Amino acid sequence: MTPLFFTLLVAAISLSAGVLGSLVGVGGGIIVVPALSLLLGVDIRHAIAASIISVIATSSGAASAYVRERITNIRLAMLLEIATAAGALTGAFLAAYISGRWLFILFGVILSYTSWSMLQKKKTAATVLPPDPMADSLRLHGSYFDRALGQQVTYRVARTKLGLAVSYVAGTVSGLLGIGGGVLKVPVMNLAMGIPIKVCSATSNFMIGVTAATSAAVYFMRGDVQPFVAAPVAVGVLLGAKLGSRLLGRLPNHVIRIAFVAVLLLSATQMLWKGLR
Amino acid sequence: MKPVTPSDSKALQVEIVISELLRWGVYGSLLLLVVGTVVSYIHPETYGAGGGSGADLHRLITEGATFPRTLSWLGHGLLQLQGQAIIVAGLLLLIATPVIRVLVSIIAFALEKDRAFVVITTVVFLLLMISFALGKAG
Repeated sequence: MTPLFFTLLVAAISLSAGVLGSLVGVGGGIIVVPALSLLLGVDIRHAIAASIISVIATSSGAASAYVRERITNIRLAMLLEIATAAGALTGAFLAAYISGRWLFILFGVILSYTSWSMLQKKKTAATVLPPDPMADSLRLHGSYFDRALGQQVTYRVARTKLGLAVSYVAGTVSGLLGIGGGVLKVPVMNLAMGIPIKVCSATSNFMIGVTAATSAAVYFMRGDVQPFVAAPVAVGVLLGAKLGSRLLGRLPNHVIRIAFVAVLLLSATQMLWKGLR
Repeated sequence: MKPVTPSDSKALQVEIVISELLRWGVYGSLLLLVVGTVVSYIHPETYGAGGGSGADLHRLITEGATFPRTLSWLGHGLLQLQGQAIIVAGLLLLIATPVIRVLVSIIAFALEKDRAFVVITTVVFLLLMISFALGKAG
């Protein structure tokens, strides 16, 4: 394989990662890292750094459409981002001391369970959310126009404190394992906080970019960001995310949910594989 | 209680400004990344002559050497229009976009006179700055 072919292949793989990532609110890392390291033999440090870049690209590529269509709940995103950013700081510096092995197994199991819960969601959709004074006083509740339904959807936010706790863990994990925290944040927003799946995707999309920016800066200063690898990843993911963000508003909720469950299962498999190998 | 949406026109304008800013940030980095890659292929010493060979690829994806990352290297490289420096500038712009978005949000919440969220967003921004500072030191 020549460098030129590598560049084009990586850009194509990244394009699909960007479409999927922007739709479900997770970074393209779960596709980009194995494609680069297992399939193409890229040094794992460069692969992880490129995947962090892909998370930012997913977020920024999709963001302008989501802000314009007002699907992103920016207030909620900012609040949860405090916890996530603090977690990411913790994770980045714990990484030197903690072996990833058991963490991979632990999160592999957690993600498997989460994907099962996300599939069960339909049955419990009618449950009444508990009142949340914190969400009331911070005015976290919101509404957006759902193009697929053709109507304005109004929603309330519950269990903000649980959301903060999970966001902290999600941030730590993203710093430790080099994955975006989206796989943890989307389910907690959707299942526990009662937020529509599209808002979860778009809001998670906003947050993963901000969190990844801090990690990316750290990787960058360390010299792990190899331009030859990172450039085609960033270009492919940016274009893919732009495509994906145009699709999100138009696709029905259950399609987004199924795509997310597929991403969760893929993610869980990868983590268990890394931990058990 | 009626759910609160940031629907007053000032907030809407700020959101549109944020959206535009992001769009141009993204286009800017896309342009730099593509141009940088093309330039890198034109100069055979970076990626190898005529699209490179298998040996070039092996060197590029496995070498353990860290990538030079000083600002003076970047400035020097950009002046000489080196492909790698142009790519790095594109990557830095990409990394900066979410941070700029947080910064603009602080202003947006201040315009909405939403004290709680000015504080929350400022804390987010400070945490980001701390990460940068620690990352640089570490």
